[in-house]
Amino acid sequence: MTVSGSTVGRTAAERVARESYGRLVSYLSGRLGDLASAEDALATAFLTALEKWPVDGVPDNPDAWLLTIARRRKLDDWRKDKVKAKSADHLALIAEELSSAAKMDGDIADRRLALMFACAHPDIDVSARTPLILQTVLGLTAADIAARFFVSPRAMGQRLVRAKARIKDEKIPFLVPEKEELSHRLPPVLASIYAAYTSGWMDIDGAQALGQEAIWLASVVVSLLPQEPEPKGLLALMLYSEARRSSRRSPDGAFVPLDGQDVGLWDHKRLRLAEGLLREANANGPTGRYQIEAAIQSAHVARRLSGISNWHALVSLYDVLGRIAPSPVVTLNRSVALVRIGQAEAALGHIHALAADPRMADYLPYWTARAQICADLGRHVEAAEAFTVAIGLCWSEAERRHLEEQRSNVLC
Amino acid sequence: MRYMLMLHADEAAGRSIEPEDMVRFMGQMYAYQQALEKAAAFVSSNALVSSSEASLVRVQGNEISVLDGPYADVREQFGGYFIIDVADTDEANKWAARCPAATWGTVEVRRIRDSSEYAG
Repeated sequence: MTVSGSTVGRTAAERVARESYGRLVSYLSGRLGDLASAEDALATAFLTALEKWPVDGVPDNPDAWLLTIARRRKLDDWRKDKVKAKSADHLALIAEELSSAAKMDGDIADRRLALMFACAHPDIDVSARTPLILQTVLGLTAADIAARFFVSPRAMGQRLVRAKARIKDEKIPFLVPEKEELSHRLPPVLASIYAAYTSGWMDIDGAQALGQEAIWLASVVVSLLPQEPEPKGLLALMLYSEARRSSRRSPDGAFVPLDGQDVGLWDHKRLRLAEGLLREANANGPTGRYQIEAAIQSAHVARRLSGISNWHALVSLYDVLGRIAPSPVVTLNRSVALVRIGQAEAALGHIHALAADPRMADYLPYWTARAQICADLGRHVEAAEAFTVAIGLCWSEAERRHLEEQRSNVLC
Repeated sequence: MRYMLMLHADEAAGRSIEPEDMVRFMGQMYAYQQALEKAAAFVSSNALVSSSEASLVRVQGNEISVLDGPYADVREQFGGYFIIDVADTDEANKWAARCPAATWGTVEVRRIRDSSEYAG
């Protein structure tokens, strides 16, 4: 096999493996009651897959293939373990269950959501719940998760290891919680669905798959808990973004900012769906961050459709969001909106204050916003410097090109 | 932890790049270094001259052999490096993906052995 051929095979294998990861770890840990050991078994299966698939091709049912290898690995482990070796009958039973489960796709898919709620168990440390879901159910890497939570990959890794050890030591059960319990466990579940969606949004290659999966999971949560407003808010929020996906790139692949997007390319069916969900969620007044964030999206979309500027409304919405879910990202977005209502100086003050936060040092949206605000204020040198850092932080050629154009406009 | 990002690229293709594109690529590399510096991850960087100016030196017994480049029939040659200081391999890979050189060649990521690893 040629080098490029095996690279293509490997990429395909990695993609399939990544898509299956969450489903399989949910299934295996549900059976084994031990997240870390389920992940070990799957790691072996994935390594084997990455060796074999590029050469032999991806099997028809990759999930079943991976489960078979993981099952063998578990059996080997158990055989080595002398205490458990006595219960040979029990082992055979589990092995049978695992192989029959490999043929049941629907069952595995539902288990993923069950595991998400299990990871939100009250006995698991609050700060580990969402990262745990992201890693074990949605298959994001520790580095991706760390970047999202603005902590170092090492600190995030330790947090995850501690959480898994606790699950094992305390024997925290991986069962679907009772219906009344589901609502209490919602916040980390919703947070991880949204994080998976936005990771997909930024990561160009895996974008489609992870984004679709997040939307699917959110709609399952909505149908599971129809009386809760926040899942509807979240689903609306993601649908607003999804509706604009095809307008984010020009035909030659260049990045198109919201202001420059062709409204005709927007998916109006999805937008209507989002509007409806947001109305239902807000029926008794907005109560949570996803509803506010969806309202912000709604205001952006309405402005482009009607041509009427409503930046004042946007600033107010960011004020509310900053109160219920403060974060540097909210401060950043609010600053961008402030510029539009003529308060660029105030915006620049906020932006400069954020610079003291080391988490902003390699945060691309920070440098883009800083560059644009400086450009609007005619501070060309500072704008060019910020554009330069932003270009250096890009990994998409399209976005790099877009920023290079903006920088040369400032320098003209 | 320190990592070396080794930039491999096709020298022949590099020589035929139009001057204006070359200016753009150099600008991207400058921007990349600025970003590394802002994130306090930058240690050092250098570009190497063409592999045709390289020489390979070997000593076998009392025999010293010096072989002038180009020394190997491979498409991509080692042409420059960044040394960065980041928390772990994931983060090093992330910076490698941001390196503009990754779009026209390959960036190899290697951890630099820490002096403490020699102890004991």
